[in-house]
This record gives sequence, C-alpha cells and structure tokens, in this order.
Amino acid sequence: MTTLNIDHVSRWFGNVVAVNDITMTIGPGVTGLLGPNGAGKSTLINMMGGFLAPSTGTVTLDGEQVWRNERIYRHIGIVPEREAMYDFLTGREFVVANAELHGLGDKAAQRALATVEMEYAQDRKISTYSKGMRQRVKMASALVHDPSLLLLDEPFNGMDPRQRMQLMDLLRRMGDEGRTVLFSSHILEEVEQLAAHIEVIVAGRHAASGDFRRIRRLMTDRPHRYLIRSSDDRALAAALIADPSTSGIEVDLAEGALRIQAVDFGRFTAVLPRVAREHGIRLLTVSPSDESLESVFSYLVAA
Amino acid sequence: MYDPTVARLTYRGLLGRRRALILCALPVLLIVISAAVRGFTGADDQVASDVLGGFALATMVPIIGVIAGTGAIGPEIDDGSVVYLLAKPLKRPTIIFTKLIVAIAVTMAFSAVPTFIAGLILNGNGQQIAVAYTVAALVASIAYAALFLLLGTVTRHAVVFGLVYALVWEALFGSLVSGARTLSVQQWALAVGHKVTGGDLVTSDVGLPTATVLLIGVTVLATWYAGQRLRSLTLAGEE
Repeated sequence: MTTLNIDHVSRWFGNVVAVNDITMTIGPGVTGLLGPNGAGKSTLINMMGGFLAPSTGTVTLDGEQVWRNERIYRHIGIVPEREAMYDFLTGREFVVANAELHGLGDKAAQRALATVEMEYAQDRKISTYSKGMRQRVKMASALVHDPSLLLLDEPFNGMDPRQRMQLMDLLRRMGDEGRTVLFSSHILEEVEQLAAHIEVIVAGRHAASGDFRRIRRLMTDRPHRYLIRSSDDRALAAALIADPSTSGIEVDLAEGALRIQAVDFGRFTAVLPRVAREHGIRLLTVSPSDESLESVFSYLVAA
Repeated sequence: MYDPTVARLTYRGLLGRRRALILCALPVLLIVISAAVRGFTGADDQVASDVLGGFALATMVPIIGVIAGTGAIGPEIDDGSVVYLLAKPLKRPTIIFTKLIVAIAVTMAFSAVPTFIAGLILNGNGQQIAVAYTVAALVASIAYAALFLLLGTVTRHAVVFGLVYALVWEALFGSLVSGARTLSVQQWALAVGHKVTGGDLVTSDVGLPTATVLLIGVTVLATWYAGQRLRSLTLAGEE
C-alpha cells in the first residue's frame, strides 16, 4: 500500500506561480489528475516524481522525501509526457536497459513487454514506432521493476481509440492490483472512464477532490448556456421560460437566435425537444455556448 | 561508480551515424594533411611538431572533446530522455562518472590515436614527437571531456560555448595573451608532452608541476560539479 502525500506544495518560476499551495493524498487505485492545459499538472507530476523541487511544501512517498532521493525510484514507475526515448534502440533493448538500471535482467524486461503486448514489435527500432507503440514501451519501461506507484503524464495524448482502450484496461488492472496509479489529463471523458477518484487543478490551484460522480454533478449542475435557432424563436422562448429548468432567455436579434440559461441541465435536455415537438417548432441549431473546459473548471473553482 | 548500462546507452548515442561521421572527419583530415606534408617536405621534425601542435593538439583534440563531452549528456538533457536514467535508483555521480569515462574513451580514440598515426606518417616518431603529442592528446582528452561534460549539464548551448572556449580562448587568446596560456588545457598537456620528448620541439608556457595540479584539479572539480548539477537537475513541465 503506497501513499503519496503532497503537503502545501507550491512551485513558482520567477514571477509565475505554476502550482499554488496544493495539499492532496494519492492512495491505492487509479486517480485522475484533471485540469485544462497550462493548469500546472505537469509541474505537479514532476514534483511527485522527484524531478522538480517544490518552492515550498513537501512531497513524500510513505513518509520518505521524494526530491533528491534516488532510492525512491525502486517504488516509482514514471511515464513522462515527452516523446524522446533513445530512438536508436529497439523496444526490447530500451526495456532491457531500463531493467538493468534497476539491477534486473532480461526476464523482467520480457515480462513488462508482455504486459503491454509489445512483444510483436520489440525488435523494431523505437524511431519506427507509432505514438501508441511508444507509449506502451514507455509503460513497459515504467513497469519493469513492478513499482507500487505509477505516475503518467498525459498518457492518452495522440493515441487512437483502440490504443486508448488498451491502455485504460491496463491501468485499471494496475489499480485493481492495489497499485497507486496517478495519471493526468485535460479530457474529462478520459478521466470519467478510468478514475473513480479525481483531483482537479485549475490555474495552479487545487479546485476539487474526491469521487468523480460528485464532481461531475457539480460540473453538470452549473448553469449551462445555449444558443438555439428554431423555426419560431419567440414561441419556443415562451414555452421554455414556463419550465423551471430555464432561468433566463434572451432574444438575440443580431444573431437571429435565442440565448438560454438552463439551471437544471438534465431536465432542460429532456424538456427542449418535447416542448418543440408539442408546439410544432423545428430546432435548427442547439449549441452549448460555454462548454469549454476552462469555463467548466472556472465554475468548479467558484463552487 | 561505473554503470555498464549507462555506458552502453552513452556509446550508442555518441556513436550514432551523424555524430560518428563528424568525429571521423577531423582525424581523417589530420592524416590526409600529414601524408601531404610528408610527401611535399619529407620527414622534418620541426614541421611534424608544427602540424601536430598546431592542428592536432590545438584544434582537433578540443573539437573532438567538445563533441564527445557535450554529446555524452547534452542531447539527453535537451530532449528529456535523461529522465529514464534519473528515474532509477542510481546515484547521480555514478551517471556522470560513467559518462565521463565514455567521453574520455571516445575523445582519446578519435584524437590520440590519429595523432599518433599522423606523427608516424610525418617523421616516423623521430625525437619521440609522435609519442609526445599522443601523450599530450591523451592527457588533454581527460580534461576536455570533463570540462565539456560539465558544460553539457550547465547549458543547452554547450556545443557553442565549448567551441568558443576551444577555438577562441585556447587558440586565439592563447596566442595573443600570455596569461590565457596558463589557463589552457592545451598548454598543460604540452607540459606533459615536453616531459616525454625532453627536447625543445615540444614546449609549454606552464611548468609540469603546475600543469599536473591544474589538469587533475580541473578534471576532479568539473566532474564533481557535473554530478551536483545532475543531482539538482529539474525537468520543468511542458506547460
């Protein structure tokens, strides 16, 4: 049972605060570190992995300092976001080298390659690998010493859906085995599919923590704004405002559309098509106007 | 202190096709020049000393040192692949020491060996000139490798700074300002070379005791500091 403790950690680069007073505990199972691009996820993961000193605060693994402590890597497996990985080696040579650096041999390397199902391409040069294959070989190199903590920085970036599913299955299995698995992502759906527990980082701050469903509800229960065009905007507006799921409607004459604020997301999505059908109105455009991740995250911070 | 896996990865990286071609270019040029000089002027001790001192030791050895020393670690730090070495229960000084050994071996192989061959071609090792410059190149290889390895951990522009040091400081200032000659790996190496020949064909502005102390001091200090640099090397995020 491995627990990673982040205690009042901040990190700044000159005048820029990348991570701002974050405290969290990462325990066994799969945890998703969620946040928009530039939120400070990579900086935080680098501090968790001992590649960056916190400006203040401490990062400990089962009570042991992570920064400047090489011994800690007996327990940590790291899958970095960056692509570079000794491209002149074959996949097998790369994983064997990683095993040797842990004082292990070919056997451990072969087992790790089998775990990520890369034996079929193990004798090809890494430079010829696709993004997904690289990611799997990186995984193998991180798993070679059977670590109890696995840190993955944006592991699904650039992977096709099939590769994504495979990696998700693998990480799920690792979590079920009792390992502590932490991965970062800026894509809500990825985190939703994989992690029961999530930590949300926005603009360097710890915005939310806990069960995914609770945070998802927070996200979905926020007021949603929609831009809607229909065959009869005013009739549709009149019908919708009568329903409690809608808190405000503006007729945007310039756009020739309705701007609607819905306070009950679930109910509104059911009411809208029903009302339109009952009144014989055709819906031409229904588009969420504030669905960017940033707006979702900003709402979380305010919540 | 020495890790064979780190060494293997470093050798493979250093002797990749493109870098190996660059490493071979100068030694081949030295041997071609030596053969041409021998063909035109015959075996002349002074000419042999001029070619080996002016081109081999003053230009080729430091440039090979820059390529091998910075190339042993710089590219891995630049592209981030060094993370695969750092994320291991491996002491950082062990990584540096191993890379230093590799950089020294490569610098020696690509500079001292061709220097000896060129010396044999130029005057058949008359007055021990080939041996003297080979010993000087071997000694210089150690100090250059350590200095430029350190440079590789300090700056992303290690090759540029290395070349500026090798060509501007050692070659240009060294020939204009006498004080600069005292702080020159080339002069320290020449002092050792002078000891080998004993004659006036290989001379140095620095005495052997001073040169020995400076060579050892610079090598040890640079290696130690490179280890410290790697211990506190931070891999900033891509954000």
